[in-house]
Amino acid sequence: MKLASFSYQRPTALADAIQLISDQSRDIRLIAGGQSLLAALNFRLGEPDLLVDLNHIEELSGISATDSIIQIGAMTRHHEVLSSDLLAKHLPLITRAMREVAHPAIRNRGTFGGSIALADPAAEMPACMLAYNATVVVSGGSGQRRIGADEYFLGLYETALEPGEIIEAVEFQLPPATSFFAFEEFSRRQGDFASAGVAITGTDVKTVGDIRVVLFGVADKPVRANAVENALTGHALNEQSIEAAANLATEGIAVFGDGQTTEAMKRHLSKTLMVRALNQAAASE
Amino acid sequence: MEKISLNTVINGEAVQTEVEPRTNLVDFLRYEQGLTGTHVGCEHGVCGACTVRVDDQIVRGCLMLAIQAQGAQVDTIEGLSDNGRLERLQQAFLKHNALQCGFCTPGMLLTAIDLTEQPTAPNRDEIREHISGNYCRCTGYQAIVDAIEEVVNESNDGAQS
Repeated sequence: MKLASFSYQRPTALADAIQLISDQSRDIRLIAGGQSLLAALNFRLGEPDLLVDLNHIEELSGISATDSIIQIGAMTRHHEVLSSDLLAKHLPLITRAMREVAHPAIRNRGTFGGSIALADPAAEMPACMLAYNATVVVSGGSGQRRIGADEYFLGLYETALEPGEIIEAVEFQLPPATSFFAFEEFSRRQGDFASAGVAITGTDVKTVGDIRVVLFGVADKPVRANAVENALTGHALNEQSIEAAANLATEGIAVFGDGQTTEAMKRHLSKTLMVRALNQAAASE
Repeated sequence: MEKISLNTVINGEAVQTEVEPRTNLVDFLRYEQGLTGTHVGCEHGVCGACTVRVDDQIVRGCLMLAIQAQGAQVDTIEGLSDNGRLERLQQAFLKHNALQCGFCTPGMLLTAIDLTEQPTAPNRDEIREHISGNYCRCTGYQAIVDAIEEVVNESNDGAQS
C-alpha cells in the first residue's frame, strides 16, 4: 500500500501557510518533520487533498532566549534540541527526555512543534512541555495567541489548536536556580513510545516548593499527578514521603491499557517509576 | 496525479526530474533512479532498512517525500560505497561476519558512518544505542557491534569518549 495522491504546496512564509490552510472545504494537512504524518499516510490512515510543507519557513526554526524566556521554534529538529547547550543548562528535563525519542534518523527530521501538535499521549516532548508549564505560541487567521500547557492537552490526539492554526513556537519560563527535575521512562525497546513515564520539575527540592509531576503513556494525554503533587508540596523528600506519594501515582487518573500494556501494568509502572523519579530528584540537590 | 519538478543531487550527480508529490524518497530512489541498494521494510520508520543520508544526515527514506529532497544532497549505499567512504566499515563487516542476508546492511552502514566519524570513539553501549533504529533479523547484532567497534577504535587511535 502506498500513499494516496495529494497536491503539495511549499510556502516560504508563515502568512502564506496560514492562508493555504484557511480553506475549510478541503482536507488539508500540515507537514513538519513528517515522521508521524507520513507513517500514517503510508498506511492510508488519512488521505488529505493537500499537504502544506512547513520545512521552508525559516522563521519557525531555532532556539532563542531572553532574560526570562526560552523559545523553541516549532520547526526546530529534535536533534538540534538534543544537542543544545542552552537547553541542557536551563531546561535539562528536555535534554534528558529527548534521548528517549525514537532514533537518530527520526530525530534528524522530527520537529519539536510537530510533536506538540500531534500530542501523542506516550510521547516525551508533550510531557516535558506540561512539566515545565510551557506556553504554545500559535498563529492563525485571527492572529497570534498563547495557550498554556494546562489548557492545551484536551484528549486523545486532541489539543486546543483550532482549525487554521499553526504552532509558531513553544515558550518556557527560565527556571530559577533552585529548580530540580527528574525523568523516568519504561519502554519495551530503546526509542519506543513509553509504556509509562514520569517527568517532574520543581523548586527547592529539600522542602519541595513548587512541583509539577507529569505521567505520560498511561492516559489519553500527558496528565498531572495532582495527588502526588499535593502530598509532596512543602515536605522533604525521604523514603517515607516518597513511598507514600508514589502510592498515589495514578489516583484520580483515568488510566487506559493499550495493545502492549494492560491498565494494571501501567498503574504498577507508574508507581515504580514515580519512586525512581522522586529518588532521582532527592539525590539531585 | 500531476507531477511537480524536483532538482536534487543524488550520489554527487545533479538530477532534474518530475515526481508525484506522494512518491516517497526511498521509492523514488529505487524505482525511478534504479538505486535498489536501499531497501524497504516496514514503511513506517521503525526498521531502518530505508535509511539514506540527506545533507549528510541519516533519515528514513520511507518518511520523507521525494519532493522534500528539493535542493538537498542525497547519498545512498551505492554512492557511499563507490566513493570509498564506507570502505573500512565494509571490510570490518566482512571480517566480523556482520551480515548474512544483507537486507539491513546498507541502512546499518549508513548509520554507522556517524559513529566512525564523530570526534571521540563511542563505547559498545553507545554504538548499540545509535544503531538501535536499524533492525537485523539474522546476525543478533553482536558481530555488527564488533565490526563498528573495530573501525571506531582505529579512527580515533584508541581515544575513548
